[in-house]
Amino acid sequence: MKFSPYNKLLVPVLALLAGSTISGCKPGKVGSAVDADAAQKVYVAPGKYDEVYAFLSGGFSGQVAAYGIPSGRLLKVIPVFSQNPENGYGYSEETKPMLNTSHGFVPWDDSHHPELSKTNGEDDGRWLFINGNNTPRIARINLATFKTVEILELPNIGGNHASPFCTENTEYVVGNTRFSEPLDNSNGDVPISSYKKNFKGAVSFVKVDKDKGSMNLAFQLIVPPFNYDLAHAGKGPSHDWIFFTCYNTEQANTLLEVNASQRDKDFIMAVNWKKAEELIAAGKGTKITAKYAHNVYDENTHTATSVIETGTQTLDVTKFPGLVYYLPCPKSPHGVDVTPDGEYMAASGKLAAVIPVFSFKKMLAAIDKKQYDGMIESVLPVLKYEAVLHGEVKKPGLGPLHTEFDGKGYAYTTMFVSSEVVKWKIDNLEIIDRIPSYYSPGHLSIVGGDSKKPFGKYLLSLNKITKDRYLPTGPELAQACQLIDITGNKMKLLLDFPTIGEPHYAQMIPAEKILKNQVKFFKLEDNKNAYVTKSEKDTKVVRKGNRIDVYMTAIRSHLAPDNIEGIKIGDEVYVHVTNLEQDWDVPHGFAIKGASNAELLIMPGETCTLKWVPGMVGIVPFYCTDFCSALHQEMQGYFRVSPAGSNVPIKFSIGENPVTQ
Amino acid sequence: MKIHTRVLILIGSLLMLSAYFLPLWHILLDAPQYPEGLEMKIWLNGLSGSIQQINGLNHYIGMKFISVDDFKEFKILPFVFGALTLIGFAAAVAKSRKLLWAWFIGLCLFAIVGFGDFYVWEYNYGHNLNPHAAIKVEGMNYQPPLFGYKQLLNFTAGSLPDTGGILVGIGGLLAAAALFYKPQLSSNKTK
Repeated sequence: MKFSPYNKLLVPVLALLAGSTISGCKPGKVGSAVDADAAQKVYVAPGKYDEVYAFLSGGFSGQVAAYGIPSGRLLKVIPVFSQNPENGYGYSEETKPMLNTSHGFVPWDDSHHPELSKTNGEDDGRWLFINGNNTPRIARINLATFKTVEILELPNIGGNHASPFCTENTEYVVGNTRFSEPLDNSNGDVPISSYKKNFKGAVSFVKVDKDKGSMNLAFQLIVPPFNYDLAHAGKGPSHDWIFFTCYNTEQANTLLEVNASQRDKDFIMAVNWKKAEELIAAGKGTKITAKYAHNVYDENTHTATSVIETGTQTLDVTKFPGLVYYLPCPKSPHGVDVTPDGEYMAASGKLAAVIPVFSFKKMLAAIDKKQYDGMIESVLPVLKYEAVLHGEVKKPGLGPLHTEFDGKGYAYTTMFVSSEVVKWKIDNLEIIDRIPSYYSPGHLSIVGGDSKKPFGKYLLSLNKITKDRYLPTGPELAQACQLIDITGNKMKLLLDFPTIGEPHYAQMIPAEKILKNQVKFFKLEDNKNAYVTKSEKDTKVVRKGNRIDVYMTAIRSHLAPDNIEGIKIGDEVYVHVTNLEQDWDVPHGFAIKGASNAELLIMPGETCTLKWVPGMVGIVPFYCTDFCSALHQEMQGYFRVSPAGSNVPIKFSIGENPVTQ
Repeated sequence: MKIHTRVLILIGSLLMLSAYFLPLWHILLDAPQYPEGLEMKIWLNGLSGSIQQINGLNHYIGMKFISVDDFKEFKILPFVFGALTLIGFAAAVAKSRKLLWAWFIGLCLFAIVGFGDFYVWEYNYGHNLNPHAAIKVEGMNYQPPLFGYKQLLNFTAGSLPDTGGILVGIGGLLAAAALFYKPQLSSNKTK
């Protein structure tokens, strides 16, 4: 090619063009801020324990998952609101009652907020509460056994979202309605457009027994029909109060994305729960009928029972001045989080351009001086925004949602829209640092970050979108969260790990607080199950009409009895398997060919029951599903199923074991 | 009898009493699946520790189940040992060298018979295996060591004195010292 004189011209022109477009360049993306030492900081050597337990809700999975931090290793999925065929939860006769509700058996839910029990405002490692969002429920998990031991349904509410946040000493865990609706005992057959007239909110206060942890619905406050989103109780000076965010104060009943986003400010509802408690104690409550299930798993019988409760007490907040005040909050607030000293409440208006931080002291002063800015339902005071404001965090990012604290004077807020975590200083409200999230974080969690004494060190950003972070798995991708080091001035990304369900919210606690209470196995001598078999010689098969009870034992490496005859089509067979082992980590499984429900996983010293309705004549094998020992594959047996009306007698046996005689 | 001899006897006898409060011996079992170890403690009058787990494992190899009731020794031992210790105290009180000799010889016999008996039990448990056992290894016996460590399939078995045994052992040494040790230095000084 011949050298063209035009080329000489072309070069400077191109250069000029390039220069002129620099200011119009596409802005660069914020680089991923992975800490250079990240690998070392999250590496937990084989056989070593993690420093922290993280309990992540499973969102639409309805469960809770326990992870080790900093490694991000999944330790256990704790079944709560959803059936779990893997271990028989919600399928075994013992655990089926756990999922009973006033609507019948509801074996799934949408679990959002895990909440660790607290003593003096600090996580005590005893119980974990979690809300069922869909069919309003609160569950309690015993952290000594990692089993769900209690589920309480809440009447009069729809969408138990602002739940189950607890007061400073776990006096109460709360529930509140995301979807206001007519109270259960009223005629609910009303036009939806009569929302403002017929719909109500009900703030539920569930009393928690100090020693046993058992829950009961103490009372409900009847409040205006807003959407109640989240809550946090005060601590220290604000001990007596609990704060709820409300949106849709427009009281729209259709196309909320527009109609509930009209007002510049919605509210934080401040509730003096101590006062409510006093009013109830003084007999001011109104007894109403209500139907809700209360399910309790007895740890001695290893059996759950479900009771349908028939009533509760309410207080109409409009009739008791001083119970409820509203703090105006821009705009459609989501989270409300109380600083470790109990002095400030950071609220996050998800459509707001600032993070307002309210002062508890100023709130009390404004109440004293009656600095009102109107009333709700004519009698509930709205406090003046300026009077209760500590200050605003300016330009924090887009879509602030939730805040937690590190105990060193800093707060960390998730930005859903701008997909980042922002660190700011509580006293002067200055932004210190920001770090990208992958992508769109909802909640975040700091170890002890909502308590009086945060442990700090680690922050989890719990994300809603995962996109390109992992190997793709078709249209349905992994859900994930990011672990961030918050020990320094600047936040550092350490680890990204996938989770079960949607990691909606998490609570993290130093491992030693949980480790010290761990149960390794259940004592056989304490097993009070109605169908326990404590030794092989007591095994039996009993027929009563068409009900057959099989009292079976499991020990390495046989099920006894292992030959069972005399079962007929039309029978209902209840196999009660007791695991006789008394050692750590020797569960046995139990499975029957063709069983339409699930298998069982029976912990040492425990009794579990599988109901089996045989459908076909013939020989049906059963076996242990948990690889328990070198002779696990020998751990099996047979049922003989005869036709209806056959006269094969009940017969059960196991071969003589010359070794153990 | 010199005062130091009497003090030695007295301390020795007192140490012997620890056998009533502390385990004498223990057998340790370590395996890949039991990083925390299984332990059986042997007391003057019985056994304690993870016996149920050990029996659970022993059934694979056809070893007889360990049961305290099978050991007549545990019914006799507290009395025999008590009598021996009394002789010790008596020697110190009565300043009797004869009794001291009797005590020492008694202790030696007790140790020899005790270890002999222990060995026989270990031999029987380790060798008399049920022929129907699930796991049979040609030429293998499962006799635990009398003292020290030994590999038995996936288990490392250790047999070592426990706190009580160590204190009793020291007591025995003091008995020997009382009998044979003559302090040189102090006698030189007094001259």
